[in-house]
Amino acid sequence: MSFSTELLIKVLVVLATAPVMALGLTLLEVKGSAWMQRRPGPLHVGLRGFIFPLATAAKYLQKETIIPNDVDEPVFKWAPAWVIAAVVGLFTIIPLSPTLIVRDLELGVFFLLAISSISTIGVLTAGWSSANKFSLMGGLRAAGQLIAYELPLILSVVGVVIQAETMSTVGIVEKQIEFGFPFVIAGQGIAFIIFMIAATAEMMRTPFDMPIGESELTMGFFTEYSGIRFLIFYISEYINLFVMCAIASTLFLGGYHVPLLPTEWVNFYGPLVLIGKTFLLAFILIAIRWSFPRFREDQLQTLAWKILIPLSLLNIMATAIMKVVF
Amino acid sequence: MAQTMDPNNMPILSEASVSVEIETEDMTLNIGPQHPSTHGVLRLVAKINGEKISSVEPVLGYMHRGYEKLAEVRTYPQVTTLVNRIDWVSGFANEIPFIAGAEKLMEIEVPERAQYIRLILTEMARISSHFVFNGAFPLEIGALTPIFLAMEDRERVLDLLESVTGGRFHPNFNRIGGVKPAAGAGPTTKKDIQDLPAGFYHDTKVAMQKVLEAVDRFEDLIGGNEVFQIRTKNVGVLPKEVAEEYGVSGPILRASGVEFDLRKQSNYLPYDKFDFEIPIGENGDCFDRWSVRTSEMRESAKIILQAIEDMPSGPIQAKVPKVIKVPKGQTYVRAENPKGEMGYYIISEGGLGPYRLKIRTASFSNISILPIMLEGALLPDLIAIMGSLDFVLGDVDR
Repeated sequence: MSFSTELLIKVLVVLATAPVMALGLTLLEVKGSAWMQRRPGPLHVGLRGFIFPLATAAKYLQKETIIPNDVDEPVFKWAPAWVIAAVVGLFTIIPLSPTLIVRDLELGVFFLLAISSISTIGVLTAGWSSANKFSLMGGLRAAGQLIAYELPLILSVVGVVIQAETMSTVGIVEKQIEFGFPFVIAGQGIAFIIFMIAATAEMMRTPFDMPIGESELTMGFFTEYSGIRFLIFYISEYINLFVMCAIASTLFLGGYHVPLLPTEWVNFYGPLVLIGKTFLLAFILIAIRWSFPRFREDQLQTLAWKILIPLSLLNIMATAIMKVVF
Repeated sequence: MAQTMDPNNMPILSEASVSVEIETEDMTLNIGPQHPSTHGVLRLVAKINGEKISSVEPVLGYMHRGYEKLAEVRTYPQVTTLVNRIDWVSGFANEIPFIAGAEKLMEIEVPERAQYIRLILTEMARISSHFVFNGAFPLEIGALTPIFLAMEDRERVLDLLESVTGGRFHPNFNRIGGVKPAAGAGPTTKKDIQDLPAGFYHDTKVAMQKVLEAVDRFEDLIGGNEVFQIRTKNVGVLPKEVAEEYGVSGPILRASGVEFDLRKQSNYLPYDKFDFEIPIGENGDCFDRWSVRTSEMRESAKIILQAIEDMPSGPIQAKVPKVIKVPKGQTYVRAENPKGEMGYYIISEGGLGPYRLKIRTASFSNISILPIMLEGALLPDLIAIMGSLDFVLGDVDR
């Protein structure tokens, strides 16, 4: 198979999986929140409400795209593309098994951090071009937040990289298999918590949802969006949730591997294991979202700069010392 | 180059750097009248510098319905229907001071049983209003779950209100000289008049136990939440003196540490027969305002349970003429409503309806504090402070 055909197939597979995962997580969110709030949740669309997310997506596709008068039109129209490109791009390095991966990059983790920060551009331009003060404030809040939480995200992963001695995601999983324990138990517990907090902030989910801040800024940076462009923002939120949780399970929870299962069958059970772990992590984030209020902007920055970053630096030092000693 | 490096020229340099400082202009942000957390149609014109608010001007009147004027062309029994709709979250409580005022002018002695029924239903209205607050306030801070729990618990109280009055929000239940025979009370012949629906005492006891449980749950779920605490503690502190100067009343005033509750200090309903406490806050911050209201729910449930225990028997309606005419005179009767002090100044010229009716509502006076409290606050705090004041736009604009 030539490189270009292979690439085409991989791209098509990713483009097919990403929205499906997002729809699955949307369903998990609506059902999970309903369960937490003692209400039935969606019941009537399809089989006991199970195709509700699809119906929601279809609804947005039908809706008219409204472009307000004063917006900077090209920037406004392209902003959702930046966001979704950044999150879908991250699928490249998620290993479903040692071979089922778009590309096992040598610098996989570095790629993750580089690509994930692209969405900042989309969010900021969306806020700026909307010609709405609430959007602008949402965009600026998002920019500040994404920059602040990029650091703990990077620094918490550095510990893993030191321990695994590789940046390739497959390599990191293989190291955990070789080690016998996932990194969350074997030394990187704090890094895992920091990573999850920083990832929640990156995804702009409650308790870090000030850029959207429904009760403050209406809908934050995507207040003015409607129709398919709103859907793109909405769906990229859930793709991002999937990707971040998948990466967290790869880096910290042993990825596609479960003990006691024969490794030669990994191509069959690997994807299921990874998706299972991902949904488990996602459910924790969903439970957090529905039980906490949101922080204030300054409290969020304090948390990042005064607690998470020093902690992750300490984690790096501790990991490095342990690495040298043992 | 050499010249600029000369130390003698340094002062000039620093002056120059001052003059090129970027001048920034405050951005005017219109919060409302359509905004998710302005409780309806309040508009705040905020001047903001980044996230910091430099000044706020509330703009009212988007919901003005002219009730004071409407009351002038209606008879006394008809006005009760209107006043229900002032603070719709606690409709029943609005009727009390108006009816009490008219009775005061007519010098009618209201039967004790009717007073007890009024008291029970007023306290139920208070509980339901505070349930709404317990749902809406966390919602504004960003917690989406409590509102569902609060609405579910409130429904029990509203069911009771409905079983007696026939209405959940707008009971229109008080009559001059007493209360209307209850909706579910069966046939009301002249001889065998029934006032409360069957099983009301038992249902109330059960519901009040549930309310007490709900209050414990809220204190755990909302008050025990760390993020809620750091969002509300020391935010929007309202000092005692300022609160008194601005005529703030109700739970907001008590949260600032002033022990002022008309249930103790006035006698519009027989509160003196019951044993209850008035929760007082210490700091006057958003957290105290939440906690005062939540504790009040517990006290209200206690009052209701006591009132059920020693409910007197007897008539529920005093003898009044068929056509109600209030003698010439003026009076002001005020009551402790869930939102604060509510009063009606009635001027009667001896006609069928009031000559002039001035309505003093709690929310209107309470939001007069907004510009003071919001100066220098951050935008997210604006939402928290506004939520903690717990106003209803119908109560502000009338």
